[in-house]
Amino acid sequence: MTATAQQTGVTMTNVEAVRTTLHDALARDERVLIMGEDVGARGNVFLITKGFLEEFGAERVVDTPLAEASIVGVAIGMAMEGLRPIAEIQFADFIYPAFNQIVGEAAKTRYRSNGDYTCPLVIRTPYGGGVRGALSHSVSIEALFYHVPGLTILAPSTPADIKGLLNAAIECPDPVLFLEHKKTYRSVKGEVPSGYYTIPIGKADVKKAGTQLTVVSYGYNLHQALEAANRLEGEGVSVEVIDLRSIRPMDKGAILASVRKTRKLLIIHEDNKFGGIGAEISAMVAEEALFELDAPIRRLAGPDVPAMGYAQPLEEEFMTSTDEMVEAMRELAKF
Amino acid sequence: MAKTTAARGRELDRAGLSDEQLVAMLRNMLLQRQLDNRGFQLNRQGKIPFALGSEGHEGVQAGAAMAFKRGADVLVPYYRDLGLALGVGMTPFEILSSLFARETDRSMGRQFPNHYTNHDLGVLSISSIIAGHCTHAVGVAAAFKYRGESGRAVLCSNGEGATSQGEWHESVNFAAVHALPIVFLVQNNEWAISTPQEMQMKVANVADKAPGYGLPGVVCDGFSPVATFQAMHDALERARGGGGPTIVEAKCYRFLSHSTDDDDRTYRSREVIEERRKMDPVPRYEQLLIEAGVIDEPRAKQLKADVLRETNEATDSAEAQRYPTAESLYTNVVAGDYRPWQEFEAR
Amino acid sequence: MPQLGETVTEGTVAQWLKKPGDAVEKYEAFVEVSTDKVNAEVPSPVTGVIRELIVKEGETVPTGAPIAIIDDVAAGAATPEPTGSGSPSEQVAAAAGDRNAEANHQASDEPVPGGNVGLSGPTYSAPAPSNAASGNGASSGVAPGGVRVSPAVRRLAREHRIDLARVRGTGANGRITANDVLEAAKAGPSAAVAAMITTAKEEPHPIPAPPPPTPPPTTSAPPTPTTTPPPPPPTPTPQERAKPSYAGARPGELIPLTQARKIIAQRMVDSKHTAPHAWTMTEVDVTNVWKWRVREKDAFEKAYGVKLTLLPFFIRAAVESLAAFPLMNASFTDEGIRVHRDVNVGLAIAAGGNLIVPVIRHADQLSVKGLALAAGELIDKARRGKLGADDLAGGTFTVNNTGANGSILSAPILVPGQTGIVTTEAVVKRPVVRDDDSIAIRSMMNVCLSLDHRVVDGAVASGFLSDLKKRLEAMGPTGSL
Repeated sequence: MTATAQQTGVTMTNVEAVRTTLHDALARDERVLIMGEDVGARGNVFLITKGFLEEFGAERVVDTPLAEASIVGVAIGMAMEGLRPIAEIQFADFIYPAFNQIVGEAAKTRYRSNGDYTCPLVIRTPYGGGVRGALSHSVSIEALFYHVPGLTILAPSTPADIKGLLNAAIECPDPVLFLEHKKTYRSVKGEVPSGYYTIPIGKADVKKAGTQLTVVSYGYNLHQALEAANRLEGEGVSVEVIDLRSIRPMDKGAILASVRKTRKLLIIHEDNKFGGIGAEISAMVAEEALFELDAPIRRLAGPDVPAMGYAQPLEEEFMTSTDEMVEAMRELAKF
Repeated sequence: MAKTTAARGRELDRAGLSDEQLVAMLRNMLLQRQLDNRGFQLNRQGKIPFALGSEGHEGVQAGAAMAFKRGADVLVPYYRDLGLALGVGMTPFEILSSLFARETDRSMGRQFPNHYTNHDLGVLSISSIIAGHCTHAVGVAAAFKYRGESGRAVLCSNGEGATSQGEWHESVNFAAVHALPIVFLVQNNEWAISTPQEMQMKVANVADKAPGYGLPGVVCDGFSPVATFQAMHDALERARGGGGPTIVEAKCYRFLSHSTDDDDRTYRSREVIEERRKMDPVPRYEQLLIEAGVIDEPRAKQLKADVLRETNEATDSAEAQRYPTAESLYTNVVAGDYRPWQEFEAR
Repeated sequence: MPQLGETVTEGTVAQWLKKPGDAVEKYEAFVEVSTDKVNAEVPSPVTGVIRELIVKEGETVPTGAPIAIIDDVAAGAATPEPTGSGSPSEQVAAAAGDRNAEANHQASDEPVPGGNVGLSGPTYSAPAPSNAASGNGASSGVAPGGVRVSPAVRRLAREHRIDLARVRGTGANGRITANDVLEAAKAGPSAAVAAMITTAKEEPHPIPAPPPPTPPPTTSAPPTPTTTPPPPPPTPTPQERAKPSYAGARPGELIPLTQARKIIAQRMVDSKHTAPHAWTMTEVDVTNVWKWRVREKDAFEKAYGVKLTLLPFFIRAAVESLAAFPLMNASFTDEGIRVHRDVNVGLAIAAGGNLIVPVIRHADQLSVKGLALAAGELIDKARRGKLGADDLAGGTFTVNNTGANGSILSAPILVPGQTGIVTTEAVVKRPVVRDDDSIAIRSMMNVCLSLDHRVVDGAVASGFLSDLKKRLEAMGPTGSL
């Protein structure tokens, strides 16, 4: 990643990385504003924008009515008019009313006007489960949107990546859906370089190098995968873990380079398996590297049921455990 | 209670407009009618696959366009706003390029006809999603307020059918709560394809909904350009001055089917249409101006001839243009490389 | 019980080659196993001592069932190492997917002018190689025996010309992994034969001393043009008298086919059925090069302890001719004729009824001296049963000293994958007509060439031989080794 003004980093959690990046963006660029439900006085339900209202004013931290379609739709109009709005959907589960605006309007603004208008909009939303959030506070939505040309979908998993990619998203002249896994908000810590920097959109990151199999993942799963890989390192199994970071566009080069080296691929995502992004990765690898593969491509993913339940056994059944990952990796390495 | 204004008989209420302006509105209406017909003609000739008529809307759109401040305001139209588009400065050549789907169309042949976009003139790019554009209109108005730009307003235009859509409601609500500089012009032509107004809403006037949002609602005679101008002028000025939004409902009528793909004989009687045709704003306004001595018959005739010539020239010129290339399909998806799979050289 | 072959689900212990208390080396065969697909000798996964034989001879057990316990000496104390299914620790003891199935007899003796050629050289039997054809790789490795080849394995096998039937898989359920193929490629297709050769301790036949230069004893084999002049019957041991064996063939016997014999037979058939063999010969006046050899041999043997025969001179000329006729150093493949960069000359050796062709790698880079030393080392290794995979891998051309047995004309069978095999027939003193029409007594040696007619035609082959003849005849006592 490119870091300008390299200084020593600061250790912080994922949610703090979101917070500080948003804060700095507001301070740096007067075109930037934040809008959504409860982002102002409440400071966001995860306290991400706490204090922003006082510091930047109600014009820049806008409490909107409870209406997701217009949260995004109005932000689209602002973006078309030249501002850099960051719209928040309080939970990814609430994004469906805004689907029309995101897919039917934002994604197509530049295209349908042949560049006459553009839509430099960021939509941020927390997603993912493991927090006993049940049906409407746990869902993963990337599969619904990554299909849409004109959209950019980002899902960084570490604080340093969050900062770099959120900055890139704000800079991006086209609409970006920025996904934050809520279970990693406070559970993932990392060092974040000081100063302004961006990470190239679309670029994955090899978080752990290895030789016997490739794991591709993101979000909370990514951290579990790393833990599983480290455990297996002790058994003499060398696993390479790639953090996708960007769902659309996706880093073909990184995935193929790794698969060509290890010849075995395991894709892990929390989202439902059928039609999840693992399907697209599998298709691409099969198309481009079939004769490198020494084993069928494997996917560990959420079951094809509507949601993880509120009860703990239901949530656990839905989420992939680190032990399951260890087992899958071990099996694949032995294959 | 909604306020109403209406044109008063022979005594011309010119609402402060000069003769030139009055004639300009007539010309706009004539041009709109002419281009409108041209679309249908071309479609029946088999030259273009689709056209959308706006007969019946000439009055409201000429009047609203006259109230629009070029260089300051932004128009967020819907697909029946040919007159508004012309009125704020779009040219017949642009319109016909769009009908013919030529590369000279501003969207380079990507959009359906009547899906205007012109950033230079302040015409926002729209889609076919009814009322989707209303939220964008609110966003633009919010940007004006954000930047502290007074003296600017957004003219958001749609039909009465759009007011059923959730996004229209959310837009009006948002704009009201934040007192944004926007006017919601609802051109009530009584029909949303085959759905009559009474199946679209419980109230007799769209404007009756306005108090529900804490907004002023105005009903005006959409057949009268002057009356519409008056209402729109007041509303836009209020918005520009920071007075917040207004819902202006312009009553008019859709004389034609929804589009060349619609046959209204399946849901409307010819007799009713004929009856309503008597209120056709174009001949009536022309008559009004002649009777008020603003123009004479020869002048009117000349206007029509000019408009026809202009339309013919634009038609020929646009038809002679090239289609967009197949390669152009891949451009302007996003600012950079549009492909979903990316490779990076140095890692 | 290893999985030998696809769809195999069980195996039978045919014969224990060791008993409890016996020492066993890693890769040494310790049991003969048979399945409905294949018979194989299973190499030991460790160096150690046999502790227990779990399964009786003739007993059938499922794939993966333990059959023996070997105490791993390296692992220290009594850590039992039950050998079961194709675990990753088992070495690839592939069958003779090699090109060494030609027997000869290394010319470590002196071809005495006049046709007296003694049969010398080592003869020793090696245990039959394992034919651990674990079949083709797995796709999902799910069902026992339901294994297929992965795309990577298929591609790598094709690229490296590995016969998958002879690769043992170390993956799940015995699947051949990409790594297995790459390892096999490194070792070369002859890796199996290395395994076969390494158990010198088990030789039932002592190495006979080189016989004196007398006319070759007539053997039971007819002097037909084959590549395998049978070795002389070694001193029969009581063991041998008891069992019919190839090395000690007696009339009226039915000699059971050892694995090695089966493989050799198969390779011969493959070779003949794949490559259309054509044949040509030339006769070479080796008088001068013989003189050169005679001049050097004593000092050479004293200095290096290695006999200097005519062979290295011949090979030297041959590699130069190969440089001039590179098509003779090529292989026919479906993708094209692969002209090899390296010149690795195989020397056909008899190994107690088995055929083995160790390879002098980069022979073109060696002088006569270097070739003599290399050949000598290989012969010595073969004698001691120490030929390794590297010694047997990668041959591109083969030399067969049929003359050592007195032959003056041979029609050798190509090593599969090669385009030429050349023989040095017996050196015979003959009257010849010289250029000036005078008659002289010269030492003449026929040189025969079998060629793959898919790759080269008579013009190339004859050209090659003519060139070889010229070079040999140009060698003389003024040369340096």
